[in-house]
Amino acid sequence: MSAYPETVAKIATALAKGEFSSVEITRHFLQKIAAHDGRLNSYITVCEEHALNQAAAADKLLKKKVAGPLAGVPYAHKDIFCTKGIKTSCGSRMLDNFIAPYSATVSERLDAASMVLLGKTNMDEFAMGSSNETSYYGPVTNPWREDTVPGGSSGGSATAVAARLAPCATGTDTGGSIRQPSALCGISGLKPTYGRVSRFGLIAFASSLDQAGPMATTAEDLALMLNIMVGFDKKDSTSIDRPTEDYTRALNKPVNGLRVGIPQQYFSSDLDADVAAPIRIAISELEAMGATCIDLDLKHMDLSIPAYYVISSAECSSNLSRYDGVRFGHRCNEPRNLEDLYCRSRSEGFGVETQRRILIGTYALSSGYYDAYYRKAQKVRRLIKDEFQSAFANIDAILGPTSPSAAFEIGQKVDDPITMYLSDVYTTAVNLAGLPAISIPVGFAEGLPVGMQLIGNYFDEAKLLQIAHQYQGITDWHQLLPPMQSTID
Amino acid sequence: MVISDKKVRDIAQLARLKLSEQDLAVVGFGLGQILEFIQQMDAVDTTNIEPLAHPLELDAHRRSDEVLEINLRDTYQRVAPQVQNALYLVPKVVE
Repeated sequence: MSAYPETVAKIATALAKGEFSSVEITRHFLQKIAAHDGRLNSYITVCEEHALNQAAAADKLLKKKVAGPLAGVPYAHKDIFCTKGIKTSCGSRMLDNFIAPYSATVSERLDAASMVLLGKTNMDEFAMGSSNETSYYGPVTNPWREDTVPGGSSGGSATAVAARLAPCATGTDTGGSIRQPSALCGISGLKPTYGRVSRFGLIAFASSLDQAGPMATTAEDLALMLNIMVGFDKKDSTSIDRPTEDYTRALNKPVNGLRVGIPQQYFSSDLDADVAAPIRIAISELEAMGATCIDLDLKHMDLSIPAYYVISSAECSSNLSRYDGVRFGHRCNEPRNLEDLYCRSRSEGFGVETQRRILIGTYALSSGYYDAYYRKAQKVRRLIKDEFQSAFANIDAILGPTSPSAAFEIGQKVDDPITMYLSDVYTTAVNLAGLPAISIPVGFAEGLPVGMQLIGNYFDEAKLLQIAHQYQGITDWHQLLPPMQSTID
Repeated sequence: MVISDKKVRDIAQLARLKLSEQDLAVVGFGLGQILEFIQQMDAVDTTNIEPLAHPLELDAHRRSDEVLEINLRDTYQRVAPQVQNALYLVPKVVE
């Protein structure tokens, strides 16, 4: 067992009491990364010197008793957030040489809270993937079984937290990229309401869907991190101007009387039976705690994947047009002319999946196809949003699996894009509607973690965290360590 | 659904991606499969449904037109592949 506590809450309390210093706990995590990340590949860049400097600065504040609640707590940062002076690759060869000249608002908020950046985590290229296999920096392995994927796109963050190479991490979720890897790695992850966390400096994939959020072992830790990440930002035109709130405020309230909807569509034949089993047990546990579970019919859910792949690819083809080999990022050698410069820089800089999405998006937006694909998908998007809205008139949350299967083997789905896209069958609808959702561990399928998803109405993050925390109060799935953990430390 | 080589070439040109002649058929086949999958959306009637472009349908924030940041051109150009006299260099466009 580690001499140091592992959750954000416990580390923060111990730092405030002076039980150890931020430099000590930072060094502890840096040593674990050095010893074990060669196998896991969860970090692209480890910021050792930067982290120790930040930790020393946090220690000064802690000593003076003027530090914020998470001062000195280390975290891992998905390599999609710009970090001034630190390489920000987005998992792509295109940005392999990119040292961000400014910081994302999320990075600034974490800095301002005196949290300590351990490093930048591996991810699917430009966040396009569900297995972390599209990364230019190679696949990440799942610490629960090293021949399986951690999920994606925030796969590095999920593995880092699951293997206890960081107490918490940031992620981004465009179609499930926080929740699905959290489920596959047995950790907790929350996608906030669209617009709640600033997207400024978050490298864009699909701007009407992208949302950043926290990943950690417990719901309480998610609440603590969310308190820091959320806030209105003038630099993001889609940021929501709404007062901040304390996301820990409802954690200790019992779930007694809450109404939870169970959509039948989330338990169809697509769902692995050994994933369904622990979810059903979790449902009965919540009922035993006083929640009322009611059947729900969300008949448009099946269309969320097709609509999502049109909308996200369309937005991606537009967003990624900025990579032209001229202003930043990869440039090809000896271009013959400007056209050759654009085309070769992009073809060399982008990987196969990113190019596939750009092509789908370009097709869907091209003259003659726009109505059949893009406009149609936007109409389906409204149907999905409206369906959620009617459901939330009578219930507090929607419950189901996060992913149809537990972690799959590396290489198993990589050549079959549609099968890969279907790993997000329960998550993309949430992004299309802009709702908040959380994934927490609820058991195992053949030794691999299973995640349960709770979807809330707009701005109901505190309620989702409450249900998750209450569930974690009577279960210990979130505390279990991957088998390789017994040899770490 | 079959996407012809010509169509794939046109789309790749619009997206400024360079595909080799050998890749065209493979890419076309893959795109065709995905587009076919996407056509599942046709199963639902969406006549008279307003398209939804953005989840919260909010107006973009407006702010007064004032300078908030200092000129950081040199910093931003430091990550550019080729710059001279504060200009981005590209192959000659006009002979």
